[in-house]
Amino acid sequence: MEIDSKKCVGCGNCVPVCPMGAIYVDTATNRSTVNQDACVECYTCSRAMSKERLNPPLLRMIRGVLKMLRLRFEPEPDVCPTGAHTPQELTWPRIVRRAFSDPQVPHESTGVTGRGTEEVKTNDLTNRVKEGEVGFTIEFGRPGVGVHFKDIQKMIYALVPLPVTFEKKNPVYTLFSDPVKGTIREDVMNEKLLSAILELKTTIAHAPEVLRVVKEVAPTLNTIITIGAATRCDAKGDNKLEPLFIREGYNVFRGKTNAGLGRRSVTPAA
Amino acid sequence: MTNTLHRFGEPETFRDDFVIFGMAAQGINNKDAKQKLIKFYHMAMKHKPVNIGNHHGSLYRTSENLSPLVHWHRVDEGDPEAVLNSIDDKSAQMAVVFDTAEKLEAFLIELKEADLGLSVNISSLTDMARLCCKNAGIVRHSVGYSMGFHGDLSLLPDKHVLELSTMCGHGMVSNNFAKKMIDLVKEGRRTPKEAAHCLSRFCVCGVFNPAKAERILEEVRKGE
Repeated sequence: MEIDSKKCVGCGNCVPVCPMGAIYVDTATNRSTVNQDACVECYTCSRAMSKERLNPPLLRMIRGVLKMLRLRFEPEPDVCPTGAHTPQELTWPRIVRRAFSDPQVPHESTGVTGRGTEEVKTNDLTNRVKEGEVGFTIEFGRPGVGVHFKDIQKMIYALVPLPVTFEKKNPVYTLFSDPVKGTIREDVMNEKLLSAILELKTTIAHAPEVLRVVKEVAPTLNTIITIGAATRCDAKGDNKLEPLFIREGYNVFRGKTNAGLGRRSVTPAA
Repeated sequence: MTNTLHRFGEPETFRDDFVIFGMAAQGINNKDAKQKLIKFYHMAMKHKPVNIGNHHGSLYRTSENLSPLVHWHRVDEGDPEAVLNSIDDKSAQMAVVFDTAEKLEAFLIELKEADLGLSVNISSLTDMARLCCKNAGIVRHSVGYSMGFHGDLSLLPDKHVLELSTMCGHGMVSNNFAKKMIDLVKEGRRTPKEAAHCLSRFCVCGVFNPAKAERILEEVRKGE
């Protein structure tokens, strides 16, 4: 993302809007500027701020007068008065930043917008996670911290020796140059993302071991990790995972419940 | 797609937070999802959701040509028609947010009767979701649990900021912006409702809960 210096009036409204804190007002130019290393191409600034399309020179003059009088106009906080944010044409490997950071861009691997697959949200149709299995989602970088692939790589290398199966449709998996070793292709290693999700499956019996490894590696990474664990319920709606987590000392009280209302063939709705 | 799984907070902070997704599976039943999602939308709207949306946007939207007069008077009660009109042939899911378990339960009962064939997921306290399913005559199929935040937790901001920013699981509501809204409310320069709607506009898929945000901002304003 770039900010058009001809349009920007240096109001600073977009500074706190950036999830990565990559935007700052350059006091030398009095214009908002993007730190390109920190920017993850999520497009939040250009998409989520309303635009007024005001005249930049006129606005700068008014702001200059107000500044001389030690006054400051208090604008609506989610407005760019001139629509100054300008997306760049992204090339490889920088383009992966947007694929993982802008939720309105579908991944080619999944066909789904966002960073992961449908996981268990369509498990009633896909049977992706079966009874006795656990589908883990290990998410890096959220909320508002960001992650480089080199940190994701450390976690993958720690998990590969365990009895786990990585989800092949997951966007991170599509960047593996060596699926056996779990090696991510070298040319994206220094790219920064808003977040990325690693999806893998194991058995309920091996779930504590996976959790132990993830919790051991997490503090060595320069990011935050969130863990999700999904399983299939039995005919009564019970499962063996929740009691296991409670025994292991995890406080699991919130999650996603698939109600099982999906069907493969249906009569078209009226 | 764990965009609602890791909302931050203690169990009691989720008493007014229930997200439901209607979703078609890629390659299985997504081809004819449009009409089902339109029906899902109309059924949801009867129960007065606090937000609704899909990957095109939510109830609260940005404007490409905003009048400068909004700096003095801005009314944004949401644009449900824009959500409805955005459902297209490529649409495969819709998200709805309710602020009470009663609304969730009533919606589930209707969904079961309508038998749309979409996968339906509830993102909330798992016990509450299970109870609402039971009361609607539904046995849950699968559950995904949030196991919280790990690693260098010093990288995270305070709990009120996190309670607001994690309501957009895609990370579009920045921690700094949530902090700015908290400060504006505490200084009396924005009402909690105005700040909540402002935050909602950043979440592009309609899972942000403005009613909960308003409640949090009101509590923070009073120093609770």
